[in-house]
Amino acid sequence: MRGMTSIVKTVTRAFEGIIFLFGVYVVLHGHLTPGGGFGGGVVIGAAFVLHILANGSREAETDARKSRSALVESFGTFAFWTLAIVGLIGGTVYFYNFISKGTLFRLLSAGFLPLANIVIGAEVAGAIVLVFITLASLKIGGEK
Amino acid sequence: MLIILCGLIVLMILGAFVALEAASLLSSAVLLGIIGFSLTAIFLILQAPDLAIVQIVVETLSLVIFITAILKTTSEDATVRARARVPFLVIAGVFVVLFMLAMYWALGSMPPFGQPSLRMAGPYLTPEALPRTTGAANFVTAVVLDFRGYDTLGEAAVLFTAVMGVLAVLRKIGRKH
Repeated sequence: MRGMTSIVKTVTRAFEGIIFLFGVYVVLHGHLTPGGGFGGGVVIGAAFVLHILANGSREAETDARKSRSALVESFGTFAFWTLAIVGLIGGTVYFYNFISKGTLFRLLSAGFLPLANIVIGAEVAGAIVLVFITLASLKIGGEK
Repeated sequence: MLIILCGLIVLMILGAFVALEAASLLSSAVLLGIIGFSLTAIFLILQAPDLAIVQIVVETLSLVIFITAILKTTSEDATVRARARVPFLVIAGVFVVLFMLAMYWALGSMPPFGQPSLRMAGPYLTPEALPRTTGAANFVTAVVLDFRGYDTLGEAAVLFTAVMGVLAVLRKIGRKH
């Protein structure tokens, strides 16, 4: 997959970090401000998609990116389910909010909701990048 | 506000028709953006920023994915245009009229627009109840991850399964060459 012109690459270099940081912010503040795991995860995935679109991806890089994003996605799904199970084992019921709720409006509050947001964000970002890079690196017919 | 909403909804319907009638699939995919971004505007007007964030980013990314898929395959619209036959048109018209009557009858018994009835959820979703229920300042996250956690686990599983399906389908094509 080829990259784009140096104008696009320069603009992307300036903005991809800010987009990524905004995605992390949306995920981490999911229990306080609008957004959460799904929205922030898609923003993080969009930052990676922008990077790959602008800079292109060589064959070896594509394979490494595929396995990494598959790993992140599977980890997110498994960790979310594990959070639900821990409530069952350590607490009382499935999906029990087993961590102290803390003070309202603080970053570290609301029990396990920030943790759940982080793992869902990881899953969604991995899924977006994986689907995009699989489609973009697909070879049909005589295309090289 | 209601006038802006109605205008946006009409714009969405028109955009859907234009996307259906566009000559190539590439312009159809771009025209689908009318629907998605109008929906984002509707979410913002109805004060649902959580949904608006997800909608605007997903709309952009799905456009990228659509265009990637179209560039990889074909942009030719393969719809076969048959001449419309009168009996089918009559049946479709009767169905539309019946559907409209049923909607008119059903919508009459709904609560007024913007005033949802919260018989069960009401006591849990007040600022006073938050510290002792979930402790999350964002109601949407509180509902999605705590009150309806099973639902979100199902959504995560659906996303995971969809990605696995995409991988399974595309890997087979890729290996032939």
